[in-house]
Amino acid sequence: MNIGIIDYDAGNLKSVEIALNFLGGDYFVSSDPEKLIKSDKLIFPGVGEAYSSMEILRSRSLDNLLKEYFKKGNPILGICLGCQIILESSEERNTKCLGLVPGVSKVFSHDMGLKIPHMGWNQVQSTKEHYIFKDIPNNSSFYFVHSYYPEPDNSDSTIALTDYGISFSSAFSVANLVAVQFHPEKSGPHGLKMLDNFIKQGV
Amino acid sequence: MLQKRIIVCLDVRDGKTTKGIKFKGNVDIGDPVQMAEDYYKQGVDELVFYDITASSEKRGIMIDIVRKVAEKIFIPFSVGGGIRTLSDMKQVILAGAEKVSVNSSAVTNPLIISEGAAHFGKQCIVVGMDVEADFSKPSGYGIVINGGRTKVDLDALEWAKKIEKLGAGEIVLNSIDADGTKDGYELKLTRMISESVGIPVVASGGAGNSMHLADVFQKGKADAALIASMVHIDGYTIGGIKEFLNKENISVRI
Repeated sequence: MNIGIIDYDAGNLKSVEIALNFLGGDYFVSSDPEKLIKSDKLIFPGVGEAYSSMEILRSRSLDNLLKEYFKKGNPILGICLGCQIILESSEERNTKCLGLVPGVSKVFSHDMGLKIPHMGWNQVQSTKEHYIFKDIPNNSSFYFVHSYYPEPDNSDSTIALTDYGISFSSAFSVANLVAVQFHPEKSGPHGLKMLDNFIKQGV
Repeated sequence: MLQKRIIVCLDVRDGKTTKGIKFKGNVDIGDPVQMAEDYYKQGVDELVFYDITASSEKRGIMIDIVRKVAEKIFIPFSVGGGIRTLSDMKQVILAGAEKVSVNSSAVTNPLIISEGAAHFGKQCIVVGMDVEADFSKPSGYGIVINGGRTKVDLDALEWAKKIEKLGAGEIVLNSIDADGTKDGYELKLTRMISESVGIPVVASGGAGNSMHLADVFQKGKADAALIASMVHIDGYTIGGIKEFLNKENISVRI
């Protein structure tokens, strides 16, 4: 069961790789769609800016890879920007995104009296049973760092909520895709458990 | 609800964690990788490493430490000290650090903040400010650089606002007056800066007991608090501090 980690110069690529290595996951890092399409599972990491990240994805034909892979139905884990880019668009430089899941990424507003980025540990309240939260106590804290938040159109896809000025979908899932706004690779033991749940799912 | 963060700071010199008082006299207190792992297990929220190695030839030692730390702890950490260029930043980020911290170099070359933010994202760029009381300045506080040795003609509040405007993701606010005193954080300064900027502010300097952290969160409005000697030398544990804060109704990650 090998896991492909998409290399599109995302800031947390290294951390995700180190975490998978620590967990003993069978993984490889690649920007080659031919190789990635053959992987059993896919991790779509992300720290960065939506517009330039979409440009890099397109230049490496990774946008098409993600669409094709999603149709194929194998498990995909999107992290942070990787969770925003799978929606249709982002308010970050009005970027057209992949559109795997209907919805948009919206910007947090200083008007709500918030510090931006939303940076630090916040509680994740699971609203639906999902394998990704297996053996993780509900309302555990995970590490967030982002200025935009995902808003999938279909609120039924939400599997966890987090409060920061508003209550937003900090995790959602459609078919075999699961997307999390926080960083499991930087969220201590609970985060590692979540990555392990992804690695072990279906094995 | 976003929780208040406790960040442990490790000053690293020639590969060893060291602790100094008011930038005078340092003693080695342990191996930074081992200490990082211990604090991670105790539940620290984040770590900061400051490279206070005098010579640039020894920079490789720090990068090696960053690499080892990244393999052992799965929480965010930042690296500061001697970072002047984009290539310095890239080196520590590639070694596994989430954030880089600039201080004196940002005062002499503020564009490093915007360039760093454009290259690595604003969440990566932390700006440290060393502040001391200065009644000749409009806010009553001025900026010092080079580890507190050189006064510069900058008002602390104005500088904080400029740091935000240039695209930094976070400010570490260090009070030179409070640093090493164990009398508590500079609450007035912390509150003034934290309420004037829209990015997170980490309070630094002066922590001597758990109540000091409660005060800096509640009265100083800090988003995070930096501690060092409390846990390095005085025997406090992260768990103990968090338990205390929890009882004071401050939301922390337990």
